[in-house]
Amino acid sequence: MIPAAFDYVRATSVEDAIRLLEQHGDDAKLLAGGHSLIPMMKLRLAAPAVLIDIAGIPQLDGIRVSGNRVTIGALTKHAALAASDDLRKNAGALYDAANDLGDPQVRNRGTIGGASAHGDPSADYPAVLQALEATFTLTGKSGRRELRAADFFRGMFDTALDPHEVLTQIAFDAAPNSAYVKFHHPASHYAVVGVAAALTLSGGKIGSARVAITGIGDSAFRASGVEAALQGVTASDEAAVRAACAGAARGVTARSDTFASASYRTAMADVFAARAVTRAASSR
Amino acid sequence: MAFTAMVGARIRRREDPRLITGRATYVDDVRQVGTVYAAFVRSPYGHAKITSIDTSAAKGDPHVLAVYTGEDLHHAHNLKASLPVAHKMPDLKTPPHYVLALDEVRVIGEAVAIVVADSPYTARDAAEKVVVEYDELPAVVDTEKAAAGPPYVHESLGTNVAFTMPFSAGDPDKAFAEADVVVKQRIVNQRVAPVPIEPRSMVANYDAGMQQLTLYSATQIPHLLRTQLAIVLGLPENKIRAIAPEVGGGFGAKLNVYAEEVVVSWVAMQLERPVKYIETRSECFQAMIHGRDQIDDLEIAAKNDGTITGLRLKITANMGAYHQLLTPVVPTLTLLMAHGCYKFENIQAEVVGVFTNTMSTDAYRGAGRPEATFFIERAIDMVAQRLKLDPADVRRKNFIANSAFPHTTATGLTYDSGDYETTMDKALALADYTGLRKRQEELRKQGRYLGIGLSTYVEVCGMGPSAAMPAAGWDSATIRIEPTGSITVLTGVSPHGQGQETTFAQIVADELGVPIDQISVIHGDTDKVQYGVGTFGSRGTAVGGAALKLAIDTIQAKAIKIAAHQWEANPDDLEYRDGKIQVKGDPSKTMSTPEAGFLAFMGDNLPPGLEPGLDATRRFEPPNFVFPFGTHICVVEVDAQSGQVEVVKYFAVDDCGRLINPMIAGGQVHGGIAQGLSQALFEEVVYDDRGQLLTGTLMDYAIPHAEQVPHYELDHTVTPTTVNPLGIKGIGEAGTIGSTPAVANAVIDALAPFGVVHIDMPLKPEKLWAAMQAKPTNGSVQ
Ligand SMILES: Cc1cc2nc3c(=O)[nH]c(=O)nc-3n(C[C@H](O)[C@H](O)[C@H](O)COP(=O)(O)OP(=O)(O)OC[C@H]3O[C@@H](n4cnc5c(N)ncnc54)[C@H](O)[C@@H]3O)c2cc1C
Repeated sequence: MIPAAFDYVRATSVEDAIRLLEQHGDDAKLLAGGHSLIPMMKLRLAAPAVLIDIAGIPQLDGIRVSGNRVTIGALTKHAALAASDDLRKNAGALYDAANDLGDPQVRNRGTIGGASAHGDPSADYPAVLQALEATFTLTGKSGRRELRAADFFRGMFDTALDPHEVLTQIAFDAAPNSAYVKFHHPASHYAVVGVAAALTLSGGKIGSARVAITGIGDSAFRASGVEAALQGVTASDEAAVRAACAGAARGVTARSDTFASASYRTAMADVFAARAVTRAASSR
Repeated sequence: MAFTAMVGARIRRREDPRLITGRATYVDDVRQVGTVYAAFVRSPYGHAKITSIDTSAAKGDPHVLAVYTGEDLHHAHNLKASLPVAHKMPDLKTPPHYVLALDEVRVIGEAVAIVVADSPYTARDAAEKVVVEYDELPAVVDTEKAAAGPPYVHESLGTNVAFTMPFSAGDPDKAFAEADVVVKQRIVNQRVAPVPIEPRSMVANYDAGMQQLTLYSATQIPHLLRTQLAIVLGLPENKIRAIAPEVGGGFGAKLNVYAEEVVVSWVAMQLERPVKYIETRSECFQAMIHGRDQIDDLEIAAKNDGTITGLRLKITANMGAYHQLLTPVVPTLTLLMAHGCYKFENIQAEVVGVFTNTMSTDAYRGAGRPEATFFIERAIDMVAQRLKLDPADVRRKNFIANSAFPHTTATGLTYDSGDYETTMDKALALADYTGLRKRQEELRKQGRYLGIGLSTYVEVCGMGPSAAMPAAGWDSATIRIEPTGSITVLTGVSPHGQGQETTFAQIVADELGVPIDQISVIHGDTDKVQYGVGTFGSRGTAVGGAALKLAIDTIQAKAIKIAAHQWEANPDDLEYRDGKIQVKGDPSKTMSTPEAGFLAFMGDNLPPGLEPGLDATRRFEPPNFVFPFGTHICVVEVDAQSGQVEVVKYFAVDDCGRLINPMIAGGQVHGGIAQGLSQALFEEVVYDDRGQLLTGTLMDYAIPHAEQVPHYELDHTVTPTTVNPLGIKGIGEAGTIGSTPAVANAVIDALAPFGVVHIDMPLKPEKLWAAMQAKPTNGSVQ
């Protein structure tokens, strides 16, 4: 509960943050909301020599909807996402996840960028942002690059971010028929299983489906078999939806802990996938 | 001023404004000039030999004032004493329990060395510079394996069995031979962690001029702590002052004498500086006592009509690696309460206490009684299920009848008073039990699984008659009428959330006729307050409040003498009525307690032979324990797809005798239910085979958030006791004791259509889901 000693500097802009990252080398860490990094430092699982605080950089905060495109600054807080009517209409999955994440203190400090950059295998957004097929903008010394969600999330606490890059924004097309449902761990309230679904619907039938699952494996993943099976299914037909969601985590090596075994997690993927699909299909 | 009765009123807690506005002083708020900070180096192994300790790097750190190891204390400084265990068991094995490990560590988190530095941060950094080398030894964490043979936690004992205690009453063999049905079940009452918001916290200071040691500690027992410090440190007791300022939750876990309290005190004496130590949450999970951890193998004999005739019981209790203050006593309380509120007479039992490479178990809210209530209430449900009877009817059939009180049980306790049936009927009506059963039937047809769980508990508290306690069981109170009319109460119990600053003032306000804001209740400081035993075992009001009543009696008697002298009357003709002194039956002339107190202070007009001053110190020795009881009803729905449990409703009708403040009593019940429900559904301390703690953070170890507990519907009945002059019983632990079986019975009842008879706690979704993979039947089982 007492971290090792560290230095603290405040970045005033993205460029400044990149310069500071270069200057301090691998011992430096960006600090956004601090709600993943500081707990790890308190347990001495992380001991960065320098914290570069990016929380005050103004350009990185906010939700913009322009036409069909939703763009979110990396420093946008969970609480802002949870309160956004734009998001409720255009990206129910992210709205659901932000409302069901942590507690008020966590939501008031933690950011979407930090939650993504941390790569926690039980975090909510990695599933949501994969189902939304979000694009991640990473800014470094040599400029920006854009990555698809599927390429951004790599593994347990592992993302495609280079050590000297800043995640600056996340963007995706509006997904009015999307939802996120979560089986909370009773202690951490992180996802034992969390499923995001984004659907297109016509005449009550599912056109295309994007389903992504967190909490089970080393990283969130797309359930492609389920996505295929859902095509053409009548969304209100619960039995058909459940049948299509069978085997949602097939092929994924599931984790075990004192609360839930791998086989139970795998079984719950099916149950919560069906619930996410049903919720995504219902109007908000 | 019109007289209004305070006792029985829902007065808001007087301690709360300072607590909820951040103006209260907890140990960590105690600031003293020159304070230095301690950090402990702790064992990373469940069992290991210490081969070497190198403190040189830590000692070379410019921020460090001192580093001590077990070797230093034991040899260089001759601090050889072992931590205390209070018991009256002739054959108990009591291996030494040094304050810093010597040669060997037997549990993860055992303190190996202490580092003192100029800030909490530098202390933690320096602690990492102490290099300890270990040779890991085989560990044993499983209680039954440990009981069976090696490896031994204490090699020199040649066994892990700390004690065995056989018991028999009536003719159990005959009861079983003549039984229509016998239900057998092994019930694991899992290990849980107390998790108070405030972890163990202490600051010690040694005034070399006065040769006085002052220890502020988050403790439930400042006087007992002082006594034990005097023994362990070899100091005169009158040179030690123990202070329990505000305490942020105890639940029994701070009813102890911890190694850290001794070491920090000793180090403060060496350095002649205030030394502060606030443990981290991780340390709290490892090194604060745990609760429960029993395996209860039971067989219960019954007749076809549901009459229970006999019980065979083996209690295998995990003691942990060492005894803490009450470790071996806890499972013996389980045996004492084994038959709950039922009247069967034939019991054969054995209690076995076993050492393992885990943290010591000790008193945790309920301490031994929750385990008893759990297995007997589960057993009643299993009998009902087997015989296809309603669980409420089986309870009714076996209750100790109202006419039987005081009732001496087969285990030798004398239940003071009770009316179990009225309380159960009130709860059944409150819950609309018949309606619930109908609803359950309807929902089952739709594939939804509602469960209804009853628990009719009785518990033993108001600890207790000194003869039946491992140490003194009495308590004390002082009342002083100050010259200007305010009243000071000093109580020997050391409340830490139980609200006695309010309830004791309510009693005094009524009896001595003074507004409540003129009364202040002081506690928790051995230099201010006469010796008292402390707060645990739901004794604060049942024993400490009773002592207060005796002190009131003494004050009233003396005040009457003073008034009689003024009025030239015979004291026998005067009485206290509505808080004032008057001539019997004549309210036209009165004298208030403060008026009598002022006369007693002035001293110039007192009856001959009467000492000046109006104060009294009294002690109450309880002639018996008290036995509160009640019925809890829990309603859950279990989701067949996931096994997740929703607690739909919760009803509790409790009886703790006369209520001084129903709101505070209700608050105790609320907190108690939350903790008991949490054991049923969420909590479990898990060690792996090598003694590594797998549930060492709040990310892994679940205590309920607000949204994980239901709304509680409470009611009560009032069956006073004659054990104390207030007619009250304890209510601090009842909620915890009553709730765990109610919740478990509800969940298991929900799963009855799947042929489920019992599932061990915590009733995690995965276990329930696995049980629900069977094909449901119409609800009939086996
Ligand atoms: C009690 C509690 C409960 C929680 N419950 C949940 C939950 O239910 N579900 C869930 O998903 N999460 C949960 N979280 C985590 C929460 O969402 C955190 O806010 C989030 O994981 C980290 O975001 P942050 O802004 O706090 O990042 P920080 O902690 O500041 O940083 C986390 C990591 O990301 C890096 N980083 C941060 N921002 C950037 C950036 N813009 N570019 C590059 N790197 C960056 C940091 O260097 C660090 O390595 C919980 C946290 C707590 C404390």
